[in-house]
Amino acid sequence: MKYADEFRDKEIAVGLAKAIRAEANKARPYRFMEFCGGHTHAISRYGLEDVLPTNVRMIHGPGCPVCVLPAGRIDMAIGLAMRPEVILCVYGDLMRVPGSQGASLLKAKARGADVRMVYSTIDAIRIAEENSAREVVFFAIGFETTTPPTAVMIRMAEKKRLSNFSVFCNHVLTPPAMKNILESSDIGDKGQFEIDGFVGPAHVSTIIGTEPYEFFAKEFSKPVVISGFEPLDMLQSILMLVRQINEHRYEVENQYRRAVTRDGNLRAREEISDVFELRDRFEWRGLGQVPYSGLRLKRSYAIYDAELRFEMQELCVADNRACECGAILRGVKKPVDCKLFGTLCTPEMPMGSCMVSSEGACAAYWAYSRFRDHRQRRAS
Amino acid sequence: MCLAIPAEVTKILPDEMAVVSMDGVSKEISIALIDDIAVGDYAIVHVGYALAKIDPEEARRTLDLLRELSTERQGAVQ
Repeated sequence: MKYADEFRDKEIAVGLAKAIRAEANKARPYRFMEFCGGHTHAISRYGLEDVLPTNVRMIHGPGCPVCVLPAGRIDMAIGLAMRPEVILCVYGDLMRVPGSQGASLLKAKARGADVRMVYSTIDAIRIAEENSAREVVFFAIGFETTTPPTAVMIRMAEKKRLSNFSVFCNHVLTPPAMKNILESSDIGDKGQFEIDGFVGPAHVSTIIGTEPYEFFAKEFSKPVVISGFEPLDMLQSILMLVRQINEHRYEVENQYRRAVTRDGNLRAREEISDVFELRDRFEWRGLGQVPYSGLRLKRSYAIYDAELRFEMQELCVADNRACECGAILRGVKKPVDCKLFGTLCTPEMPMGSCMVSSEGACAAYWAYSRFRDHRQRRAS
Repeated sequence: MCLAIPAEVTKILPDEMAVVSMDGVSKEISIALIDDIAVGDYAIVHVGYALAKIDPEEARRTLDLLRELSTERQGAVQ
């Protein structure tokens, strides 16, 4: 596979790991948060933590769109799906995300709700065209990567004059969440955590570019390295972060130059700003209410807003008390610190959202046996 | 959701659509978010949309740099 295999070369990986070990100052810790779930997945899949020196730690961040969706929004979607006239179109990862009382879209589907998994927003448009007597709603979630496809779909619905189509919008933004983590990292009761630098998201950055991160680098004195998803990309990014720390530099560097530019994808950004506007606040699982972190449809597209069309009531639901997803999403705890991990909570029977999506920290740990370290630690 | 692999454009279709090959699997995707993409180009594809073209020149430079970084330390003390 071109542009993938060559970035998985074992020999180069060994050399990069050696470089990291040689350059990391043993007298200090290096704590880097990889914001994006794709990176969390790659770290577990390729065992990258095993080749890093013990003083270089990766903290898994909240960049998994399925994981940060609060249970209340899932309940709202289930309520919508249970209406007989509605066909709810969703991305596959959403089917098993737990709402309140263990409810999920999958269980709603078993009870007769018409929930359909789609690969792309274009499929949702097709379903709306084929079912003119039904109300087709697209359950839109995700960061800046999935937002432009939703915008394209809404404009397509307008062009095709679809009157039976709307969107339940849950799109969120990366920079406000990063800012929230940095601002709350010194709040004692949430568990104190110091972050020395960020591995910046790959695909989000193809859209927004590297410029939005410059604020963090300056304001919080934190280096940010935008990184590709392959193991060599990630090792190079970690090395770049180590070098920045050693040289007291706080810059935004772009390791993923083959796909990311400073300005990002202008056409996609235009699509976003044409169709969406900022919400005053939006609830994130694990972070709570984050100001100006979510999007809704602009007034001019209000007829496609499912929340208005179906007069949906905002629901707020507390997470399962034993579930540590919140602390894990903030990087305060690791999956193995959760009592439910691997006992009551597994990918087959997820209690918390971090176990649902393959990009969630818990699912990544489970799938690639990272929990063995934990068992060994317990045994010793 | 974010796990995307590089896809090669094999055919341009009408209505801003294209056929891509992902590790041997053909898929129809939207190219509405990308300007001037051509057969033979590689793109990052996510939820059925091409998000960015992969710049072959930059990819080559990154690989060269990776090789350089990894051999700098050959023989370095573990």
